[in-house]
Amino acid sequence: MKTRKRIGGIIYHVIVCGLGLIMIYPLVWMIMSSFKESNTIFTSAGQLIPKKFVFANYATGWRGFAKTGFIVFFKNSMFIAIVATFGTVFSSAFVAYGLARCKFFGRKFLFVAMLLSMMLPAQVLMIPQFLWYQKLGWVGSYRPLIVPYYFAIQGFFIYLMINFIDGIPRELDEAAKIDGCSYYSIFARIVLPLITPALITASIFSFMWRWDDFLSALLYINESAKYPVSLALKLFCDPGSSSDYGAMFAMATLSIMPAVIIFISLQKYLVEGISTSGLKG
Amino acid sequence: MKEKKRESFRHFMNRESTAGFVFSLPFSIGFLMFMVVPMGLSLYYSFCDYNILAPPVFVGMKNYIKMFTDDPVFLKTIGVTFYFAFVSVPMRLVFALIVALILFKTTKATAFYRAAYYLPSIIGGSVAVAILWKRIFATDGVVNQLLRIIGIKTSFPWLGNVNTAIWTLIILAVWQFGSSMLIFLSSLKQIPVTLYEAARVDGANRFSQFFKITLPLLTPTIFFNLVMQTINGFLAFTQCFIITQGKPLNSTLFYTVYMYKQSFEFYNTGYGAALAWIMLGIIGLITLILFATKKFWVYTEGV
Repeated sequence: MKTRKRIGGIIYHVIVCGLGLIMIYPLVWMIMSSFKESNTIFTSAGQLIPKKFVFANYATGWRGFAKTGFIVFFKNSMFIAIVATFGTVFSSAFVAYGLARCKFFGRKFLFVAMLLSMMLPAQVLMIPQFLWYQKLGWVGSYRPLIVPYYFAIQGFFIYLMINFIDGIPRELDEAAKIDGCSYYSIFARIVLPLITPALITASIFSFMWRWDDFLSALLYINESAKYPVSLALKLFCDPGSSSDYGAMFAMATLSIMPAVIIFISLQKYLVEGISTSGLKG
Repeated sequence: MKEKKRESFRHFMNRESTAGFVFSLPFSIGFLMFMVVPMGLSLYYSFCDYNILAPPVFVGMKNYIKMFTDDPVFLKTIGVTFYFAFVSVPMRLVFALIVALILFKTTKATAFYRAAYYLPSIIGGSVAVAILWKRIFATDGVVNQLLRIIGIKTSFPWLGNVNTAIWTLIILAVWQFGSSMLIFLSSLKQIPVTLYEAARVDGANRFSQFFKITLPLLTPTIFFNLVMQTINGFLAFTQCFIITQGKPLNSTLFYTVYMYKQSFEFYNTGYGAALAWIMLGIIGLITLILFATKKFWVYTEGV
């Protein structure tokens, strides 16, 4: 009986491990390829481990293209992702507090609007927003990639934070009110510190989404010095610009590093965000 | 006097209704500025001949009529997009459920396994993975090389064949089943153990436990995932745009990519705006249909 159980356990681990290897094989292959000599990547595509580890691809890739080093693209992406994330997290918390704790005219309507904004996908808004930003003269700048996020347009985050605020006992608010606290200082001094986990979860998702965002960069940024990493990578792999696959994989590997680092260090928040509110990773 | 005025202003600002208004103001402005106005604007343009460069000319229903009568590519992209969404989403959910059931049993290595299965869905939407995918299925790519190792000499053009190109995109979508898996895992944990104990006492085997207890109690989760992911399936853009660009013969041309091409490559922006509105209609309709089927298969009673 005992040995049967053990054999069962071994079979279980072999299957699960095998499937897991298939799952991450493409990624491992990309990382390994970035260390192969560029001209051997496809002749040795069947082998995983490079015969000789070289770092030359990182050096060539880092030089970038169109006289712009890759570091510039990284800085651009960092800037956009951090500034937009700060805006969306803070404004969502602000709005969520109002919707969760204050009764006022139009509250129900705003709830419906929030649900609508969750349902209305970015791709449907792509052309409408482009036309509108063009009218505003925003095309070619970072404004379309940043400004909207300061107006809590991601209903998902508002929703997430309302749920969190609902879990804070109202007695805390009442006690603070009796002590002479205004709604604004209740928000800043009591609610904001208490919803820190929700703020972290929202920040992680927002950062990763902004980092990966390709569509809006494609639409609005037309100057290579302003490209974020996602767009720069796309041009890197366009036929004609270069066929240096080694450098391409090296930069692709670097571009997923922020997400991988977040994944490893903040897994707990990611898992919580997904399993409690259905946010997509 | 001044003091008093300031006092009453402060009092006014601290009324519950004022505070609610102030707190929700960013969203009210944002919703208006970045959703309502653009959508309204594009509704108008969808009735116009408009190419960004010249001022719009009102042409009534022309764009909408053209779509259904004089644009075979439009009908083709709808077909492709439906096929993609209705194949990849159920496949992804089935995978997610199976793996969740496997990983539900906790061992020392479970956390590690969970991470391995979940990692692809964290980075799957990125440009990096899209260009990687393009190389994996290239004629001299990883798939063909691995096939060669097991003895099948081939240089089959997975991305160039009308029948297989769409499947490379479907596989990419299914590969990212990790976040659905996590959602399933957390709802599996909420099923009370007592139900299984009672079933075992009544002599139910594992299969009937799964079909009579686990599956019914998971249906609300499955429903939620199905709705959200079907919508997302309709909106896939990056993968198609980078990996196949709709080739070959438009067999992988997703609706969103077609919309992009019409608006920004062919400069039929009015037509693109009309396409966006039709897409919104389609998504709304599918959501309604899914909700209408809810009462037939989703278990809603409390445990």
